[in-house]
Amino acid sequence: MATVKYDNATRLYPGNDKPSVDALDIDIADGEFLVLVGPSGCGKSTSLRMLAGLEEVNGGRILIDDKDVTDLSPKDRDVAMVFQNYALYPHMSVADNMGFALKIAGIDKGEIRRRVEEAAKILDLEPYLERKPKALSGGQRQRVAMGRAIVREPKVFLMDEPLSNLDAKLRVQTRTQIASLQRRLGITTVYVTHDQVEAMTMGDRVAVLKDGILQQCDSPRRMYDHPNNVFVAGFIGSPAMNLFEVPVAEGGVKFGNGVHPVDRSVLGSTGNRITLGVRPEDLEVSGEDGLPINIDVVEELGADAYVYGSVAGTDPGDRPIIARVDGRRPPMKGDVIHVKPKADHVHLFDVETGLRLGD
Amino acid sequence: MALNITANRADSTLLDLPWHEPLEEWDPALLAALPRGISRHVVRFVEVSGRVIAVKEIRGDIARREYDMLRQLRRLEMPCVKAYGVIDGRTTPDGRELDACLLTRHLQFSLPYRALFSQRLRPGTADKLLDALAVLLVRLHLAGFWWGDVSLSNALFRRDADAFSAYLVDAETGQLLPALSDGQREHDLDIARVNIAGELMDLEAGGVLEEGADPILISRRMVARYEQLWGELTEVERFETGDKWRVDERIRRLNQIGFDVDELAISTDLDGTTIQIQPKVVDAGHHSRRLMRLTGLDVEENQARRLLNDLDAYQAAVGRQNDSDEMVAHDWMREVYEPIAANIPRDLARKLEPAQVFHEVLEHRWYLSERHDMDVTTQWAFADYLAEVLPAKPDEQSVVGVDTVEMPVIALFDD
Ligand SMILES: Nc1ncnc2c1ncn2[C@@H]1O[C@H](COP(=O)(O)OP(=O)(O)OP(=O)(O)O)[C@@H](O)[C@H]1O
Ligand SMILES: Nc1ncnc2c1ncn2[C@@H]1O[C@H](COP(=O)(O)OP(=O)(O)OP(=O)(O)O)[C@@H](O)[C@H]1O
Ligand SMILES: [Mg+2]
Ligand SMILES: [Mg+2]
Repeated sequence: MATVKYDNATRLYPGNDKPSVDALDIDIADGEFLVLVGPSGCGKSTSLRMLAGLEEVNGGRILIDDKDVTDLSPKDRDVAMVFQNYALYPHMSVADNMGFALKIAGIDKGEIRRRVEEAAKILDLEPYLERKPKALSGGQRQRVAMGRAIVREPKVFLMDEPLSNLDAKLRVQTRTQIASLQRRLGITTVYVTHDQVEAMTMGDRVAVLKDGILQQCDSPRRMYDHPNNVFVAGFIGSPAMNLFEVPVAEGGVKFGNGVHPVDRSVLGSTGNRITLGVRPEDLEVSGEDGLPINIDVVEELGADAYVYGSVAGTDPGDRPIIARVDGRRPPMKGDVIHVKPKADHVHLFDVETGLRLGD
Repeated sequence: MALNITANRADSTLLDLPWHEPLEEWDPALLAALPRGISRHVVRFVEVSGRVIAVKEIRGDIARREYDMLRQLRRLEMPCVKAYGVIDGRTTPDGRELDACLLTRHLQFSLPYRALFSQRLRPGTADKLLDALAVLLVRLHLAGFWWGDVSLSNALFRRDADAFSAYLVDAETGQLLPALSDGQREHDLDIARVNIAGELMDLEAGGVLEEGADPILISRRMVARYEQLWGELTEVERFETGDKWRVDERIRRLNQIGFDVDELAISTDLDGTTIQIQPKVVDAGHHSRRLMRLTGLDVEENQARRLLNDLDAYQAAVGRQNDSDEMVAHDWMREVYEPIAANIPRDLARKLEPAQVFHEVLEHRWYLSERHDMDVTTQWAFADYLAEVLPAKPDEQSVVGVDTVEMPVIALFDD
């Protein structure tokens, strides 16, 4: 049971001229599952290690349960870095495999037994406690490994890309397992991944980092519906949001052959161009007044299909335009279709600052 | 996808191996039966052009990352296994995709800790292994390597005169950073402590840990040894040129924590008024070192000379001068040395150390051959020696020192 607070926490590595984590401010609630996500080098691991006590904090503070732990050693913080490489020992029982680290920590036998039994109950391993790991299935063995972390009963679990060693299928399975386990245990958890899908499916809240700076920290829903800036808009969502730089026109912005209406108050606060973002599922096929798209690839997914293309008559950019269309009558490669955003489903950003405009 | 081979020294015979089969199903005839540590991935040894190669089946991107990491560590002159290649794009004949394989050279003369514990050990071996691991960890940390999975299984041990030296074998979780924070080093030490205690508890549960050895205490001692060594190696010791006695003092302190200092790097500051010193760890003992490297046997110098002669004679007798020394030695251990060392009756085991028994058996064989005017086998000599000679000997345990009752031999290659 613990809250965690990053209070302006900054890490500047010796020899670097820019902080790797810059004035990070996040309040994590008791029992919350918070995911730190962002591209490689954005400072996710550093942020996690600062909380673990593995990395010096050069500015600001870290608090656990309102206690300043900034200068405490890892051991004294009561956090557990969950490790993906737990070995299982062939001559030891499942119970001993789960509990031996507690023995090392000097915890008494009765208490160890209690914790192991409790973890076994949560992990459906009760009937196997006296067996050797060899007698278990692969999935059960993995749960034994998880049990090793659970029995520590830390205030906070920390996980840095714990699924990166697994293949795609197992990763999805384990992802679900970890998330549901965390909810059952109710232990505050901070989880690092570079995979936004993983972040969005697992987290109560997701914190997006870029270049050491927190871009947004919100629930997955809010993050998806209301990205605070153009970076988050492009980073969150799969397939990614379409981003267009469009000229401001009378009563809105020019989109293809038509005008997409935008509130005057929004347009007044920015220049004569604007970044318009629209998710693939928020584009609809329109008449000639929409944006003409040359279709390069059609990906059929049953009820829906995604089409990937470029604006007809222009150079295809490095990011294709993606639209979701009806899967029963999808267009074909080489076709030209017209699309326009559904009303109220666009995200507008300032071209210069990248910040969200309007609501 | 086509088979894709990355190797630092391309060898076409690599192509002859059955990459389209899961490693677990490879024909045993292809494999070299060398001992291994605990691992989650399938690991096998094969001979490629006279070299023993370790093959680990593992996801492609991880294999490549570990391959690169091992090469970087080598470039930093860290003791670790040599990366040999990555085989990717493996599919079975019916089109099922297989994981990639990371190839490393079998570290000659190395022993995984489980093999060491299945031999009759001299007392204190567990501590010596952990000393070696502490040295390895200090060296890796000094180079900026954050291991992340420090354990006995992830190291290999080479005899090193009276001690061992440890080599890194599993770099899967490691990261190279410009420098490690104290917190990061502490994290590695925490992992080491838990892993090592776990591994020793496992040996204990399997009945092969030296009696009275406490896994938790031993793993703690490893950390203490690390801290001490880290201090010795990182504390800048500068003194005026007049205080040269402090060089000896530094060496004495290193001796005290168990290191023979064979070499000491000494440098002076620009103005020449202060001296800075850096010790290196080396050891002596030509014959024992060669024998240890080949067989992992921990014996005295003259015993080693004797055993090496017998090993050479064996190699000549079986006509295997062209085979790699460690393969021959491995077989010699199994066929010649172990049958003796492992079969000394428990009630006679306190008489002499096994290597000493072996030496005397060879003496006895010579004596019997003379007496019968014919070549006598070692087995016969051993039987006769056990019946006629050894029971009459005094217990030499007290001569060797207290606490020399060692654990029974139990083979432990069950993974
Ligand atoms: N020990 C160090 N010394 C100097 N710079 C470092 C150190 N560790 C990390 N950095 C730098 O700090 C930045 C953030 O690194 P960090 O590992 O936190 O990123 P990340 O988001 O976890 O990336 P990845 O997904 O690649 O692991 C990077 O630019 C990195 O190069
Ligand atoms: N080059 C080598 N020379 C000698 N032995 C080796 C070599 N490579 C691997 N081994 C043996 O195989 C064992 C397993 O290898 P390794 O630790 O790399 O596998 P792993 O599956 O990655 O392990 P882990 O479960 O710790 O991640 C080692 O303990 C070692 O005994
Ligand atoms: Mg390993
Ligand atoms: Mg590994």
